[in-house]
Amino acid sequence: MSIVLTNITKNFGKFAALNNIDLEIPEGELVALLGPSGCGKTTLLRIIAGLEQADSGRVVLNGEDKTEQHVSHRGIGFVFQHYALFRHMTVFDNIAFGLRVKPKKHRPSEADIAKKVHALLELVQLDWLHDRFPDQLSGGQRQRIALARALAVEPDVLLLDEPFGALDASVRKDLRQWLRNLHHELNVTSIFVTHDQEEAMEVASQVVVLNHGRIEQQGAPSDIYDHPANAFVSRFIGQTNIFAPDDHDAIWLQTSGLPVNDQNGKIAHVRPHDIEVEKASDEASAHAVLKDWQHLGALIRIELVKNAAHGESATVYAEMPNEQFKRLHLHRGDKVSLRIRNAHWFH
Amino acid sequence: MNAVTHTQTITKRALHDPAWLKWTIIAIALGFILLFLCLPLWIVITEAFAKGWSAYWSALGQPDAQAALRLTLLTALITVPLNTLLGLCAAWAITRFEFTGKSLLTTLIDLPFSVSPVISGLIFVLLFGAQGWFGPWLSDHDLKIIFAVPGIVLATLFITFPFVARELIPLMQEMGSEEEEAALSLGANGWQMFFQITLPNIKWALLYGVLLCNARAMGEFGAVSVVSGHIRGMTNTLPLHVEVSYNEYDFVGAFASASILAGLAIVTLVLKSVLEWRQGKH
Repeated sequence: MSIVLTNITKNFGKFAALNNIDLEIPEGELVALLGPSGCGKTTLLRIIAGLEQADSGRVVLNGEDKTEQHVSHRGIGFVFQHYALFRHMTVFDNIAFGLRVKPKKHRPSEADIAKKVHALLELVQLDWLHDRFPDQLSGGQRQRIALARALAVEPDVLLLDEPFGALDASVRKDLRQWLRNLHHELNVTSIFVTHDQEEAMEVASQVVVLNHGRIEQQGAPSDIYDHPANAFVSRFIGQTNIFAPDDHDAIWLQTSGLPVNDQNGKIAHVRPHDIEVEKASDEASAHAVLKDWQHLGALIRIELVKNAAHGESATVYAEMPNEQFKRLHLHRGDKVSLRIRNAHWFH
Repeated sequence: MNAVTHTQTITKRALHDPAWLKWTIIAIALGFILLFLCLPLWIVITEAFAKGWSAYWSALGQPDAQAALRLTLLTALITVPLNTLLGLCAAWAITRFEFTGKSLLTTLIDLPFSVSPVISGLIFVLLFGAQGWFGPWLSDHDLKIIFAVPGIVLATLFITFPFVARELIPLMQEMGSEEEEAALSLGANGWQMFFQITLPNIKWALLYGVLLCNARAMGEFGAVSVVSGHIRGMTNTLPLHVEVSYNEYDFVGAFASASILAGLAIVTLVLKSVLEWRQGKH
């Protein structure tokens, strides 16, 4: 089921939540709507679901214009941020709800409903919880029950609002993997909203970056990381060092490998792993002082301080594998030389 | 866990009042309740039975008393369901929709509580009385509202409107609408959503509101007194009948009717605590 949005605009009073959004999502993708809080990503998800009405624009699901259709007729499954499980119903009744409210002629028999509910409970590996109430479940369990409930009506599109937002870090990691595998298994077009870029990069096959109600970039996670379309995306996805030519010594930038002459006022964005660090050997290279470092698992993040323009100092972050860092035998306060391998230039 | 209990003990000790203070405060509270709440109730009952059971029953059996009881029940039977519905609508509108004038509506819901009941009654006289805005039109069409049953129902409706809405609004605000949205996204229609998701979640608060609404509908004096005209056997409700009997030195009659209202109050209190207990459990 493909999703096509054209010209979606939504204002809340004077606040423009979404501004002329055009978005196309091919069938079977697992898409992350990524952006800082207040960027309009949840509003966009709710407009696709029909829980919110756009001021203008169309929502087309699988070639069918659903803009005017009620949420109950859109064939979507929605997983709410706080799960919204029916608190007065057991897990079983929660999942069965969507089947039991079907019109009489489409409604499966109780036996078929039971069969289906148990199959879904097995899919989310929680069949043993079928007679519990929502408040007897952990956050991760609720999340999976909410997902099973949404899947019960066999939606064409699965929409998830901050699906991991309210979970512990360790549970979150597990569930991310699990969601990706589940999507692989079911292959239902899915969109989830997140403000966590790491989560988006890890789970999604496509990432849509939103900011201030506009789409900044859409693409595969590696695309977005390696080729950010603009300064916002570069800054929002991953760590970035920012070098404004005005703030730095032109010669320093030149020797570090950043040719500044033909950039007309643009600013360089450099990923920490694109900075090579070596013990300073000669005066002709670009220098900085090693201030500190942190272990990020397999990588080391190195904090460097260099002199900037107007007598201020600037901090530069570099990253390299643990082993390589050990081989350099560096100490705090050592003078090092830098070489910048790659930079993106933005206004 | 241990740390928490520990802090609690310390706080408790720090907040510990001397024994004499504790017992003085308890004595004042209990004394007040006994003097101003239990004693009057006791007097109502003893006065009602002052001349024995048979006098009590014959007082209640009088046609006027019977008519007053019937009118009170009729008024409650009309106003309570109506106000349950109106209260639900108001609570739904305020907690589920965004519209201009919402905060004004929220404030206005409390109006019947903040206005003296006599004024409320007077409003209806000014609207529907012989000299009122709609008075000439009503008399032209031979309709009677003031000094008749419709006036009593209207005044009671006005006075008891806030009870249901006020119970539901905070609860529905706290619950949010996510469960309802979830039901819709699963294909439920509006009725299914309301009866299967909303109602089970608000039923105890709703019952609680209905109970308070009913108690007030049966017990309202001020507003009803203004619009009723005190026509014996016609427009006297039970509270008005109590007053009329008392003014005519029919003490057994007055207190016998009062004992019914007092009994209603006690039943309401018991049901209220049962509901509160159920609500606390959910």
